[in-house]
Amino acid sequence: MKKIVVLAKQVPDTANVTGDAMKADGTVNRAALPAIFNPDDLYALEMALAIRDKIGGEVVVITMGPPKAAEILKHSLYMGADRVMLITDRKFAAADTLATSYVLAETIKKIGGVDLVLAGRQAIDGDTAQVGPQVADKIGFNQITYVSALREFNDNYLIVERDGEVQTEVIKSSYPVLLTITGQANTPRYPNCRRMLQYFRADVKENFNDSELSAAESNDWIIPTYALADLDLDEDRCGLKGSPTKVHKIKSIMLKGGDLKMYGTKPTNIKQLVRDITKVYVEVN
Amino acid sequence: MKSIVFIEKNPVTGKLRNVSIELTYKAYSLSKPLKGEVIGVFAGDALPEDTDRLFQYGLDRLLYFTDERLKHLHSIAYKHILKAMIKSEEPDIVLFGATHTGRDIAPLIASSLKTGLTADCTQLYVEDYKDKGKILFQVRPAFGGNILATIITPDNRPMMASVREGVMLLPEKHPNHPVKMESFPVDFNESWIKSEFLSVVPKVKKVDFNSAQTIVSGGAGVGSADNFRLIRELANALGGEVGASRAAVDFGFVDKDHQIGQTGSVVRPKLYIACGISGQIQHRAGMEESQKIIAINKDPEAPIFKIAHMGVVGDVNEIIPVMLRYLKEEG
Ligand SMILES: Cc1cc2nc3c(=O)[nH]c(=O)nc-3n(C[C@H](O)[C@H](O)[C@H](O)COP(=O)(O)OP(=O)(O)OC[C@H]3O[C@@H](n4cnc5c(N)ncnc54)[C@H](O)[C@@H]3O)c2cc1C
Repeated sequence: MKKIVVLAKQVPDTANVTGDAMKADGTVNRAALPAIFNPDDLYALEMALAIRDKIGGEVVVITMGPPKAAEILKHSLYMGADRVMLITDRKFAAADTLATSYVLAETIKKIGGVDLVLAGRQAIDGDTAQVGPQVADKIGFNQITYVSALREFNDNYLIVERDGEVQTEVIKSSYPVLLTITGQANTPRYPNCRRMLQYFRADVKENFNDSELSAAESNDWIIPTYALADLDLDEDRCGLKGSPTKVHKIKSIMLKGGDLKMYGTKPTNIKQLVRDITKVYVEVN
Repeated sequence: MKSIVFIEKNPVTGKLRNVSIELTYKAYSLSKPLKGEVIGVFAGDALPEDTDRLFQYGLDRLLYFTDERLKHLHSIAYKHILKAMIKSEEPDIVLFGATHTGRDIAPLIASSLKTGLTADCTQLYVEDYKDKGKILFQVRPAFGGNILATIITPDNRPMMASVREGVMLLPEKHPNHPVKMESFPVDFNESWIKSEFLSVVPKVKKVDFNSAQTIVSGGAGVGSADNFRLIRELANALGGEVGASRAAVDFGFVDKDHQIGQTGSVVRPKLYIACGISGQIQHRAGMEESQKIIAINKDPEAPIFKIAHMGVVGDVNEIIPVMLRYLKEEG
């Protein structure tokens, strides 16, 4: 029996970023972008569910974000999460990794009795890979990053493979421990049909009108939200205020367009190309 | 402007990781004009064999702590030791390589020092900022490489940043400082060892982009794993290394070790030949600093042509064989 927390994030689909996705202050206007479940976090969730399915316990998925981030919690419920928590407050906005990890760590402490925290290796919007370790530091857990496989686990310990870049490490740790998971680790399961039927109406409370509310409550459709005050957080450590790093400037990347020399496809053209390449080649070698 | 650089050993070769040398020189160029010191911090089972090289790239001093128990990446132990070293020096800047080791430890230290850490910087410079005096400006791609953000840590010290290997260049000419090593006293606490390393298997490294002057890369346009043979042949003929776009890797044309770009390697060869690669931003992030870029693509509108120096609009599978023939002739 293990109490497992999964850290998840809703991220803009960075493959589809357009100009008006940036606000004047340099922060991201998430509303202007399609939002998805951060890919690495799905591997973390899958690992959590696999562990629970075998040795029992509870999987709690937590995310910090705007109310819209409830979508990924709904998806987590479809996949089999036991409990979800949306940590949302305007005062959390524009948090860097330090401020984010503070809020997540305090939430984990509040949940209490947590044995295992699983996070994705990194989020595709920031690519920092920092929040997982920074949470581990604040809750005082052991940490193993870049986990590429789960080899063995039971109530007392787990054994994982870590992608150590130049080597693969097989590591055993007892609980409590925080792992960050890479895409090699597993294949996330599909949403479960029965659970989809059960939770397809799930949403945050404010999106139900008065007449729907009692049905929503009795059907367990309400995705619980937690604000700064609910978690007894220190406002000075949250959001922009609690973030030592500030965005100074943002620049969209423009292609330079350079001194391009084009060649035709006739053999003589290719011959010239090869000549020129060889010339560069001789120059540089 | 005092800088600290995290010095990392490649556990397989026992030598310095290149990024540690690159960052030492970067720290030197940031600190030197302001008469600041550059200090290395190292923890591990034994010093890297070629530690002296750091001093040839501007290191003033190395603080080190060696202990058999640090043979493996015991994150918590490393955190405590490196943090103590950093605190004892009160630096303005701390740089880490964005390796799987650096990215494991740096966030732990930043969290515990309650300061800012900016990941994967591609440019670092020091300038005056309002009434804060000189601070570090940290430029990094964000948002899947669609924007370049300049991040600052105006009110906290140290200002921490990580940089990937191959991003900061080493100069031909460099300073030559005397070797100065200081063993750092640590009261090692057994409770810092929380993991047990059951086994460690070196990865067989198939790709060496660091020493390659020429890289020939194939993308989705190559069409099949079979056709990818042409990319290898061209790379061989030019004495270069084989690279790939993520699409080529995803299609299984070639192993992931070859991937270049935001989620692959960052390369800066003298000659980069992109074959059947569209040149999406995530790919460009890994190669656009190459000295000469040659693009072969059947779509004249492909973004790769915007950064290329030489180009052919055509089918790679027809053009490469002709190139190979002439290369043999030119010998
Ligand atoms: C978070 C994230 C990270 C990413 N990281 C990376 C990364 O590290 N590296 C990377 O490369 N990509 C990365 N990508 C993917 C990237 O966005 C592109 O999808 C990828 O680079 C496209 O590869 P490609 O150019 O080979 O394929 P395509 O974009 O499909 O382009 C194929 C090109 O081949 C040309 N072509 C087709 N047939 C022929 C032919 N017979 N002869 C000549 N030309 C032909 C076409 O005109 C086209 O331009 C990442 C994406 C995301 C979202």
